[in-house]
Amino acid sequence: MALNTTIKAEGLNLTFETNDGPVHALKDVNLEINKGDFVSFIGPSGCGKTTFLRCIAGLETPTGGEISVNGMTPDEARMARAYGYVFQAAGLYPWRTIGGNIKLPLEIMGFSKAEQAERVARVLDLVDLAGFEKKFPWQLSGGMQQRASIARALAFDADILLMDEPFGALDEIVRDHLNEQLLQLWARTEKTIGFVTHSIPEAVYLSTKIVVMSPRPGRITDVIESPLPKERPLDIRDTPEFIEIAHRVRDGLRAGHDDV
Amino acid sequence: MKSVLPVLTVIGAILLFWIVSVVPMNMHLTADLAQRQDIAVTPDTPVARQELSGVGLALRNPQLFGMTYTLERPRLPSPHQVVVEMWNTIALQSITSRRSLVFHGWVTLSATLVGFVIGTGLGIVLAVGIVYNRAMDMSVMPWAIASQTIPILALAPMIIVMMGAIGIQGLFPKAVISAYLSFFPVVVGMVKGLRSPDGMQLDLLRTYYASPAQGFWKLRLPASVPYLFASLKIGISASLVGAIVAELPTGARAGFGARMLVGDQYGQPLVTWAALFAAALTAAALVGFFSLVERWTLRRMGMQAV
Repeated sequence: MALNTTIKAEGLNLTFETNDGPVHALKDVNLEINKGDFVSFIGPSGCGKTTFLRCIAGLETPTGGEISVNGMTPDEARMARAYGYVFQAAGLYPWRTIGGNIKLPLEIMGFSKAEQAERVARVLDLVDLAGFEKKFPWQLSGGMQQRASIARALAFDADILLMDEPFGALDEIVRDHLNEQLLQLWARTEKTIGFVTHSIPEAVYLSTKIVVMSPRPGRITDVIESPLPKERPLDIRDTPEFIEIAHRVRDGLRAGHDDV
Repeated sequence: MKSVLPVLTVIGAILLFWIVSVVPMNMHLTADLAQRQDIAVTPDTPVARQELSGVGLALRNPQLFGMTYTLERPRLPSPHQVVVEMWNTIALQSITSRRSLVFHGWVTLSATLVGFVIGTGLGIVLAVGIVYNRAMDMSVMPWAIASQTIPILALAPMIIVMMGAIGIQGLFPKAVISAYLSFFPVVVGMVKGLRSPDGMQLDLLRTYYASPAQGFWKLRLPASVPYLFASLKIGISASLVGAIVAELPTGARAGFGARMLVGDQYGQPLVTWAALFAAALTAAALVGFFSLVERWTLRRMGMQAV
């Protein structure tokens, strides 16, 4: 394994047994993610992008093949609290304040009270929510709630951030804004990010590596290394390079649909 | 406060129905009494009157309407008679007197509260067992449901007599019956509440590698609080019913149930009705109390009361 490989999947298979027979959620998936990569997984529903992310997180157990996270099995990595996970819904506890929600993983992991307070302040600042610590979730907009959930995933300083369609339920304007912020956050924290989406512009705008997937069976059809610079203003989306990559992603998605 | 008008409307309608019903319900008794006082009644023989319905008799004797509201032992007391009886037995008696409804209320209430605490505790313990233990999940719930299908009226005397046989008397057997009725809503509500966190919230805790105990204290228990309050409100009124039912068939000498029975057996309907209303007011006060605690708690927890 190369020194800076963070996540490595080899011949990964996952078959769910259902009443209608086996479903190949993932078939022969090979992928290497390097430290500091921003990797997007894009594809139609049923292509296994979320399942793959859950395999990395140790929330699903593959039925075949190998996968390692930081050189460990996903379960070991989970026990070592190697990653923060952001779900599609913010999933904040309504009975905890924003600060209390961010403290949740810190309490579970046994950080001292002083350390908790310090970290809450730091990550709230990171997601631009300073001053909202004592608010309850229902007092925040959907976009702010999702930012709070990202702060929660950042609080314990895991160097991997796994995000499962975190902005899928938000409107386009809020989404653009959060994408921009996410890139800044990634540049500042140098985390390795796995990001599931079904939006082509979002994937191209955010990623250093775009993994195109297709369904039945869930598999990788293309891996695109983005030539875009790390510094990305929103209007980079109008440049020819951006449009070219978007085209290639679209072609990859279409190729995967041929058999449907 | 928006609910004041609808509530008053319903109360008004019930009162009106009650007041109107008093006349035909008491008409036969009134006619007999009036005849003894040499007041003209049609028809003038008790046998002929028995042929008529209360309404029919009332229509023939409008002059007796007023009397139907003031009978000493009415079949259906009028509202003001009940209020007067309650005033006499609540406010005008020393609370240590056996004629005081406060005294009898406390006897029932103390059994209710002890039973409620036992029932709620048992319900929560069973719910936790059902949620965390597969064997209990499969086995406890059917029995809990079966326990509630047995008529409590049949079961209560058996429990009282059997506990009496081993020397346990007074408050505790009644509390057992209260607990028997109140544990069930708590089990049902708490199982639902403890299971209310969705897959995503459980996955989130897995990503933190949280222990089952942390999952319980930090997620499942707080998530179940709104469900618990719904159950407590049902449970406390079931407890009160249980304590009263426990007093009824066993010749208890104190408590709301005893008062209802005394009124019934000695032909003093006012005593029964006053006890009935005092019990209803007690139940309303208990449920109201838990509503307040619920609102206070949920507000403090940041969850708005639904």
